[in-house]
Amino acid sequence: MENTSTVKELSLAERERAAVIGPGHTFATITDKIASIVLHEPSPASWWLGLLIGLTLLSGLGLSVGYLLFKGTGIWGINIPVGWGFAIINFVWWIGIGHAGTLISAILLLLKQRWRTSINRFAEAMTLFAVACAAIFPVIHTGRPWLAAYWLFPYPNTMALMPQFRSPLMWDVFAVSTYGTVSLLFWYVGLIPDLATLRDRATAKFQKIAYGILSLGWRGSAVHWHRYETASLLLAGLATPLVLSVHTIVSFDFAVSVIPGWHATIFPPYFVAGAIFSGFAMVVTLSIPIRAIYGLQDFITLKHLENMAKVMLATGWIVFYGYLMEIFIAWYSGNEYERYMMINRQMGPYAPFYWALIFCNGIAPQIFWWKKARTSIPILFIMSIVINIGMWLERFIIVVTSLHRDFLPSSWGMYWPTIWDWMTYAGTLGLFLTLFFLFIRVLPMISIFEMRTIIPQAKVAGVHK
Amino acid sequence: MPQIFHRSANIYSKASIVGGVLFAGLALTLILTISRSSYATQQNVNRDQPVPFSHAHHVGGMGLDCRYCHNSVEISSSANVPPTKTCMNCHSMVWNESPTLEPVRASFRTNESIAWTRVHDLPDYVYFNHSIHVNKGVGCQTCHGQVDRMALMAQHSPLTMEWCLDCHRQPERYVRKREDVFRMDYVPPSNQLELGKQLVAEYKIAKTENLTSCSTCHR
Repeated sequence: MENTSTVKELSLAERERAAVIGPGHTFATITDKIASIVLHEPSPASWWLGLLIGLTLLSGLGLSVGYLLFKGTGIWGINIPVGWGFAIINFVWWIGIGHAGTLISAILLLLKQRWRTSINRFAEAMTLFAVACAAIFPVIHTGRPWLAAYWLFPYPNTMALMPQFRSPLMWDVFAVSTYGTVSLLFWYVGLIPDLATLRDRATAKFQKIAYGILSLGWRGSAVHWHRYETASLLLAGLATPLVLSVHTIVSFDFAVSVIPGWHATIFPPYFVAGAIFSGFAMVVTLSIPIRAIYGLQDFITLKHLENMAKVMLATGWIVFYGYLMEIFIAWYSGNEYERYMMINRQMGPYAPFYWALIFCNGIAPQIFWWKKARTSIPILFIMSIVINIGMWLERFIIVVTSLHRDFLPSSWGMYWPTIWDWMTYAGTLGLFLTLFFLFIRVLPMISIFEMRTIIPQAKVAGVHK
Repeated sequence: MPQIFHRSANIYSKASIVGGVLFAGLALTLILTISRSSYATQQNVNRDQPVPFSHAHHVGGMGLDCRYCHNSVEISSSANVPPTKTCMNCHSMVWNESPTLEPVRASFRTNESIAWTRVHDLPDYVYFNHSIHVNKGVGCQTCHGQVDRMALMAQHSPLTMEWCLDCHRQPERYVRKREDVFRMDYVPPSNQLELGKQLVAEYKIAKTENLTSCSTCHR
C-alpha cells in the first residue's frame, strides 16, 4: 500500500484520484458495478455483435490456415526476392500492440502512476491476446506447423538438431515466450483477489465452482495480501525489462541482417517506441467503445484517455525521429544502396504507402498538442485507428521495400499480398476480438480491488488533517 | 456462507502443482521415447517379402559376398537390388522346381520385376551414397547389422538423423580397414580409436564440420 505520510502529498494524490474516478463512488458501488457486468447483467446487443464479427473473421483464419496446410505457402504473395511478407509484418505488428499492457501494468506500477488502475486489467488481457495472435505467424509461416517444435525449441530430438542460437529469430522465440509467460502470470496474479470477489458474489453453482478454483483459495487475509503485494512487485520487476527487450530483439530480426533498410543501429529504440505507440493506440481503440457500452465513464475517465494521448504524442515523436534519422543516415552513409533504398521508398512503386505511413505516424499525431483533441472522444478514436494503420504500414514498408529491390536489378520484383494473406491477417483480428469479448464477459475487465484503493475513503485512515 | 469445496479440495489443489510438473515431464519423456522406439523407426521389424529370401542362408550358410548381388555398392549411390536374372544364375539349376521360388521364375518368364518390400527407406530429402561410405571404410555390418544371421531382412539401425550424426561427428569410432568392409563377423579391435584416427587420416575422411554440414546430406 502506498505510504502517504504528509498532508501535502495526500492532497496532491487526492487531486489526482479525483480525476481518475467519477465522484460519489464507494467501495460497494465499485464492486457492484464491475462485478455485475460479469455476473448479473445480460450481455448487451453490441457484445453479441462484436463476438459475431470476431467469430466470423476467426472462421476465416481457420479456412485460410487449413488451405495453407493443404497447399503450402504458395498461396501467399511471397516469392523471391520478397520472401518475408505478411507473416512477419503481422507478427511484429501484433507483438508491438502487446507492449502497452506490460508498460501499463509493470512500469507504471513501479512509477506509482495510479491512473493506470482502471485500464491495466484489460490492457494486460490485450497483451496476452496480441501475443497469441502474433505467435500464430511464426508457427504457420512455413506451412508446416507440426515441424515448429524443433525449429523453435531446443530439445533432444531424434535429429540431434538444435536451433541456430546465433540467429535473432531464435532469440525472438525466447523473448516472446518469456514475455507471454510473465504477462500471463502477472495478469493472473492480479486477477486472484477479484476472482475471489466474483466467487463470493456468484449465485450459480457452476460460477461458484469455476471462480472458486481460479481464485486459488483466496480469503483476503493479511498474509494473502502481503504475498500478493510481494508477488506482484516481483513480477513487475521481471516484466519491466521485457517491455524494452522484446521489441529490441524483434528489431534484431532485421537489424542483424545486412539488407539496406534493415541494417540500422537505430532499430531497437525506434521499434520499442513504436511498439508502445501502437499498444496505446490499441488500448484507446478498445477502451472508447467499452466505456460507452458498459457505462464505465466514471472509471475510464477523460483523464485516462488524455494521458494515453500524451503517451502517443511522445512515443509518436520518437518513431518520427526514427524515420527522419533513417533518411539522414541513408544520405550520410554515402552508400549507394542505402541511398537508393530511401529514394525507392519515397518515390518507388510503394511510395504511396510510405507517405501514408509518414502521415499516420508522423503528421497526424501532432493534433495531440491540443488539449481539445486529447479530450475529444471522436478525435481520439479516429486517431487511434490511424495510428494502428500507420504502425502496420511501417512494418510493411520496412519488410517489403527493403527486399523488393535487391542489390542486382535482375533480381528485382514486386510483392502483393493475396486474398489468403488478407484472410489470415483478418483472421487474427477475429481471434483477438473473440478472445477480448469472451474476456469481458467472464472476467472483471477493470481491477475491482485496485479501483477501491483509489477512492478517497481508502486513504484517510491514519493521516491527521 | 456455506463452503463451496470440501476440505479435501486443499490436498487436490496442492497435488495439482506437483502433478502438473510431473505430467509435463512425463509427457515429454513419453514423446522422446516413442520417437526413438521401433514403433516410430521400424527398427528390427521383419518385413514380409514376396519371396522369403534368407540372407542367413545365402550369406551365412553359403558364403556369398555382399557384392555378388549388391554389385554397384562400391561405385554408386545405390547398392542395387539384384535383377531376377541374378537369382536365376543359380536357381535355374538348384531348387528350380520349388513352389516357394515360383514368383522368381514367374518374374523371369514375364520379365516383370519382383516387387520387394523396401527395408531401409531413408526420406527422399536425404542424399545417401553407398559408395563413399564403403570406400572410406564403413563396414556393411556397421549400419545393416549381421545380415548373415537374418532369415528375413530387418532394419538393424534406427536410421534417425541423430544416428547418422553419431558417426559423422566421430567417424574414428566406427571406420575399419577397407579389406574388412564386407566382413560380417568383424569385431572392432580394442584399439579402435587409435586405428580409427589413423584410418580417418589415411582415407582422407572429411573434417567433422564438413561431414555435419547441412548440404552434405540435404541438397
